[in-house]
Amino acid sequence: MTPLHLHEHWTALRTIVTKEVLRFARIWVQTVLPPVVTMALYFIIFGGLIGSRIGEMDGYRYMDFIVPGLIMLAVITNSYANVVSSFFSSKFQRHIEELLVSPVPNSLIILGFVGGGVARGLTVGVAVTLVSLFFSPLSVHSIPVTLSVVVMTSIVFALAGLINGVFARSFDDISIMPTFVLTPLTYLGGVFYSVSLLPGFWQDVSKLNPILYMVNTFRYGLLGTTDLSLWVSYAIIIAFIVGLYVFALNLLNRGVGVRT
Amino acid sequence: MRHTGIAQEKDKDQGMMTAALEIRGLHKTYRNGFEALKGIDLTVAPGSFFALLGPNGAGKSTTIGIVTSLINKTSGSVRVFGHDLDRDLQEVKRSIGLVPQEFNFNTFEPVGEIVVNQAGYYGIPRREAWRRAQHYLGELGLWDKRKDMARTLSGGMKRRLMIARALVHEPRLLILDEPTAGVDIELRRSMWDFLRNINCDGRSIILTTHYLEEAERLCRNIAIIDRGRIVENTTMKSLLTKLDTETVVLDLLAPVQQLPVHDSIVLRGIDELTVEADIHRGESLNTLFHLLDKEKIQVQSMRNKTNRLEELFIRMTQAPKTRGRDMQTSQ
Repeated sequence: MTPLHLHEHWTALRTIVTKEVLRFARIWVQTVLPPVVTMALYFIIFGGLIGSRIGEMDGYRYMDFIVPGLIMLAVITNSYANVVSSFFSSKFQRHIEELLVSPVPNSLIILGFVGGGVARGLTVGVAVTLVSLFFSPLSVHSIPVTLSVVVMTSIVFALAGLINGVFARSFDDISIMPTFVLTPLTYLGGVFYSVSLLPGFWQDVSKLNPILYMVNTFRYGLLGTTDLSLWVSYAIIIAFIVGLYVFALNLLNRGVGVRT
Repeated sequence: MRHTGIAQEKDKDQGMMTAALEIRGLHKTYRNGFEALKGIDLTVAPGSFFALLGPNGAGKSTTIGIVTSLINKTSGSVRVFGHDLDRDLQEVKRSIGLVPQEFNFNTFEPVGEIVVNQAGYYGIPRREAWRRAQHYLGELGLWDKRKDMARTLSGGMKRRLMIARALVHEPRLLILDEPTAGVDIELRRSMWDFLRNINCDGRSIILTTHYLEEAERLCRNIAIIDRGRIVENTTMKSLLTKLDTETVVLDLLAPVQQLPVHDSIVLRGIDELTVEADIHRGESLNTLFHLLDKEKIQVQSMRNKTNRLEELFIRMTQAPKTRGRDMQTSQ
């Protein structure tokens, strides 16, 4: 690739990401505000009202324990939702053709949409973190772990959202995965409890859930405690990023869902 | 992005005789088994204003979809200014601007951003993109609407927005699929003037349209596609010479009792004050008027019964169907 092409591709990527960011920023009342309100309710009900009766979890106040999980829950669902709805809308309204007729490589189309998803995931994550300050003091055990795992997790679910958007043929198709797969896995991924509380068999079953590794690693970044190996967690997250990216690229190269 | 002057590129292409579009043996069979294209060969010269005509479902949009890489071909080759669609897709895409038949922009985006973002996809920096957006939106009378959401535009404005968007990366080949569908006459004519001007600047244009008058007025070359095959590919002039008769309608000032008879002009009365005249090719209108004058028939006005191209189009695309029906009947 020549420097000229590199410059063109950088301009194209910046254009897609800017467009995606403006898209969710224009409708922030629908995209950013609702998850912040929902998480505030979680803090009040689970952390404040019920949490005070639960006592400690892994040696931390229950409120302090669930804050990392709830931030991750917000990041995961919003990264996914942004890309799946944006990509499907662009197919539905056919303005995906603006990109398909242009010389933007499919790899950049993926990066652009993922960039938009990560931007929304992190925006909501920061907003939820700010709200959490009303309930729990922010402590960061490891800045590199905290930032790396939240960004990488956001990338994983933005890629997953893109793949869902590629296959989706109706608005029903873009809500099935979040409702029946993503939310249950997240709730069972150690957001509200430590897996060490589970019997041995269910602990092993829980370890098949990739979200458990992401939530635990993020909790380690903030609190310095985890049920699992950090290296295993990073390896799983990186494997998901690579696997989902290769799969998404293959789908777009074959024109699945976008070309006839 | 390389934005060499279109006129310079035209000179270079004409010197090297590189076709703006060269299609060879193009086949497309959709997953449901429908064979939309049955081996199309088509060449569009650089700088040409080319009409691709055909009835609904003939294969026009499939052909355009393949050239613009929105549809995967089954077999065959496509070259745009010498760049092969399979081997040099990025260059093919850089060379083409597409105005599709249906609106395909985000209606919840401002007009200016739609054009500027499209430029961004071609690697054009934002400042330059806004300069071009101002130029093309201004030419098409939409610059004042640049901050309005696209959904608030009228149908004609939306069509012009798609033209501005297709031109913002200054493609050498502009493909317009039914660009004036649903556009009022006044606006249609101003769009014709605009398209003529950009063609004069050296840009090659391929147009599909249902308005045959539009094709006749704008295009120098024409191909007619029917049921996945090219049935005619020639210059507009030579195609129109294939018409052996032309019918004109005459409005008379006073009723006539008997119409004159002539070897190469056939007159028939429609009502008391209307006469149709079939004039054989090679016969001049002067002969018709001389004939009428001799019989003291006063003509108030005259018009073509049908568009000449329309007449040919109907013959070319309907004759085989009729033959097919006849054959089926005889079996």
